[in-house]
Amino acid sequence: MTNYHYSKENYREPPIADADEDHISLSFPIEGGDFTHAGYGSSEIKRTLKKLAADPKIVRRIAIAAYEAEINVVAHAYKGRISAVISSDAIRVFIEDQGPGIPDIEQAMQPGFSTASPKVREMGFGAGLGLPNIRDNVDFLHIESEVSIGTILQFCILFRNE
Amino acid sequence: MRIKEIIEKLNLTVYFSPEEDAEITGGYACDLLSDVMGHADAGSIWVTIQTHQNIVAVAVLANLPAIVLSRGVKPQDLTIDKCRDESVYLLGTEETTFEMTGRLYDLGIRGTKR
Repeated sequence: MTNYHYSKENYREPPIADADEDHISLSFPIEGGDFTHAGYGSSEIKRTLKKLAADPKIVRRIAIAAYEAEINVVAHAYKGRISAVISSDAIRVFIEDQGPGIPDIEQAMQPGFSTASPKVREMGFGAGLGLPNIRDNVDFLHIESEVSIGTILQFCILFRNE
Repeated sequence: MRIKEIIEKLNLTVYFSPEEDAEITGGYACDLLSDVMGHADAGSIWVTIQTHQNIVAVAVLANLPAIVLSRGVKPQDLTIDKCRDESVYLLGTEETTFEMTGRLYDLGIRGTKR
């Protein structure tokens, strides 16, 4: 098992929404290799946030990070799931997959490093910018991966602090 | 600048046009989707030769109101359908990305400042 941890300076863990507090949970399956439906979960998360009248700049950061994470599953894994919990302070997003895993996450975080197939690259993905893009857009990121088993990526974006 | 004005001045092919006009506040040209998401400012018109429907998802997520397919490449049918669902302008030109961005620049459209 390898893992990677990043949090922005000044990042403080927002309180976990308890059962009494209003929060919204969303969850969508992701199919490996299915570029036709790739991004469905991120689009739904974005739609929900727009309805809640969240700050468009923050919604954009969330949508980009979620989409990159979804594309990683479609491009590399067999299947996975994206789930989001929206509370009054923050959004937490979890993306887990069954797939090849990431042997060296520090290396995968380097802009330009990619193991994507030629087909994926032809589509304009797989340039080795996905994970760095996620890190640049979030307040907190944690990745755990096991080779031949899969990867769990979690991130958190605060609704304030802009 | 309003998108309808850009379409008219540059004589762009319209593959799909939503009912609402859109304000274009910048421009970006790239075929790497992550780079576009990472660096294109919201409100930009985006010039690319990628034609598959994932470009629409990228445009929507990054708040880019219009995509221009350069060098005469044609969109896939699913891409047009997706633009209809998401109200994104899908435009085209026979010119290369280089020429197209030059013409947009001549109209006063500027890229993201680094």
